[in-house]
Amino acid sequence: MIATMEKPHITVNDLTMAYGDFVIQHDLNFTIDRGDVFIIMGGSGCGKSTLLKHLIGLQRPVKGDVFYNQRNFWQASQKEQAKVMRRFGVLYQSGALFSSLTLAENIALPLGEFTRLSRSEIADIISYKLALVGLAGFQDYYPSEISGGMQKRAGLARAMALDPEILFFDEPSAGLDPVSARLLDDLIIKLKDTLGTTIVVVTHELASIFAIGTNSVFLDSDTKTMLATGNPKKLLAESKDFKIIQFLTRGEGNVNNEA
Amino acid sequence: MNVTAANRQDFSTDVHLERIDADTLVIRLAGSWAQGAIIKPVEEVIRELDELSGLRRVFLQTSQLEKWDSRLPAYLLKIIDYYQAKDVEVDLSGLPEGVQGLLKLARAVPERAGDRRTVKKTSALYEFGKTVLDGLQDAKGLITFIGEAVLAFWALLQGKARFRTVDLVLCIQEAGAEALPIVTLISLLVGLILAFVGAVQLAMFGAQIYIADLVSLGTVREMGALMTAVIMSGRTGAAYAAQLGTMNVNSEIDALKTMGISPMQFLVMPRMLALALMLPLLCLYADFMGILGGALVTISVFDVSLIQYAHEARRIVHVDDFSIGLFKSLVFAVLIATAGCMRGMQCGRSASAVGNAATSAVVNSIVYIVVADSLITLICNELNI
Ligand SMILES: Nc1ncnc2c1ncn2[C@@H]1O[C@H](COP(=O)(O)OP(=O)(O)OP(=O)(O)O)[C@@H](O)[C@H]1O
Ligand SMILES: [Mg+2]
Repeated sequence: MIATMEKPHITVNDLTMAYGDFVIQHDLNFTIDRGDVFIIMGGSGCGKSTLLKHLIGLQRPVKGDVFYNQRNFWQASQKEQAKVMRRFGVLYQSGALFSSLTLAENIALPLGEFTRLSRSEIADIISYKLALVGLAGFQDYYPSEISGGMQKRAGLARAMALDPEILFFDEPSAGLDPVSARLLDDLIIKLKDTLGTTIVVVTHELASIFAIGTNSVFLDSDTKTMLATGNPKKLLAESKDFKIIQFLTRGEGNVNNEA
Repeated sequence: MNVTAANRQDFSTDVHLERIDADTLVIRLAGSWAQGAIIKPVEEVIRELDELSGLRRVFLQTSQLEKWDSRLPAYLLKIIDYYQAKDVEVDLSGLPEGVQGLLKLARAVPERAGDRRTVKKTSALYEFGKTVLDGLQDAKGLITFIGEAVLAFWALLQGKARFRTVDLVLCIQEAGAEALPIVTLISLLVGLILAFVGAVQLAMFGAQIYIADLVSLGTVREMGALMTAVIMSGRTGAAYAAQLGTMNVNSEIDALKTMGISPMQFLVMPRMLALALMLPLLCLYADFMGILGGALVTISVFDVSLIQYAHEARRIVHVDDFSIGLFKSLVFAVLIATAGCMRGMQCGRSASAVGNAATSAVVNSIVYIVVADSLITLICNELNI
């Protein structure tokens, strides 16, 4: 089901992010279209998670705006903001599962709060979502009883619980084996194709960047701003920026001068 | 041949069962399956499927499918699992490609036998036995903890204990100076209360001056130590349990162990030392505050001067009384630190476990304090101190 709405889903305009006086990134401009798989890339500590926090409405920009469906998020009323945020699904870098709830209860929480599904249907949806992330049968485990990669995947299942319009994943494949990481990429593509979900992913996984990414932004920690935005394959083919090429070839490539 | 027509007016979806021949069934789904749709419970469909026996092949198909979200694959998965358990072949080729893909992904990592947990029903006898065993386990944990603490203390005496002086200083500041305001307030008020309670009785005999005896003796021998201990168990004991518990949740205690640093020496010793050093001092301070509180009442309400009050208090309170109070508070300090640190170190790995650790630290230390207080008082009574 592809939602029939305007094409630009998220627009970031002159965004400057800072913690106190410490500017992390400034003057970010990019657009995420509906149904995009948008990759946020850049070196460790350059502000990817911070950018994600700005996109999901947890942190207010120092300067600039974030638009959802062409509506300015930070100028909307709190009620409207909550409504927009309810259509997000977020996987945090640390998983952020509720440690005193079982996996089933973690996923059931948003389903119970925001839908009117019956208990048995919620249970069916939970086992479906857990199966999608390869955790079939782990309903009654507590987060502390499963491995780090499994916690990551359980967080993913929770993020997808409500079939959100936009999914934000912070390093979803960190801690996963290559096969699981590959299945995760398949899942992301399926979600995009079937439900028309817009997906924003922070990842360093080159294979995955090229396999799933339809658009991207590259953040640089030296200049504290973005170096490029666009399809990662195109960036690799056309970019003249040394840092981007180094990143996209694991430091083995040369700058492509003729393109 | 139409066996069962499963559609009903009040559902926004349609699940249609059609038996083509003796061993083939077609399940056809139609309508809207998105959020807000009213779907016939899958259990009902499965009950209907139960009545159809002798099947070898089942075709899942959709026709006139409108909107759908996760509810559709979740529903289908349930039916697929139902037939897979019966070794009936399920054909998905009549489903939209996206749904097929999602279902394939959901079965890409099949459930391993033994992963799923089954919730056992337990009898009252089992629960009783478990409670007893848990109690024993708890006692064992306490004894282990005390043993380790003693060893760590022994290492400290030999100068071999490894902890940072900064931590000790911080703990002393937390358990000492920062507790002064609350200790001042509470002990002053307790002194006031003692004075009022005594005054009602003593004033009947015109013996107001003996309020000084009552308040000073009561505070120095008993209330000063008891009140500071209760305050500190709520303030510092709970904090210790929460700090160590959170460190445990974040694997910080494991990290210390793998570095070869004993958490007992590194984390528990500074806390115990800080409390054992500070609580007697706080107690002494509380004693004077309590006496001062009594003085405020006696001077302002009755015809007794400050000099008279002080004189009477000095006459009745001996060094022995102070020593008993201080000894008690030293014992209490060890008990509070033990309860707090032990609960923190034994904490589980979830947010609610940290909460439980803090709660049981406070509850345990108050119980320990009161029991120890009774014992010490009894012994002092026997020895006529
Ligand atoms: N809560 C905070 N307060 C102050 N500074 C912070 C805070 N969180 C992050 N930072 C700083 O912001 C910068 C970017 O952090 P961020 O977590 O966004 O990095 P990242 O790109 O996600 O890195 P990684 O790939 O390692 O996850 C870092 O330099 C960090 O020191
Ligand atoms: Mg990050």
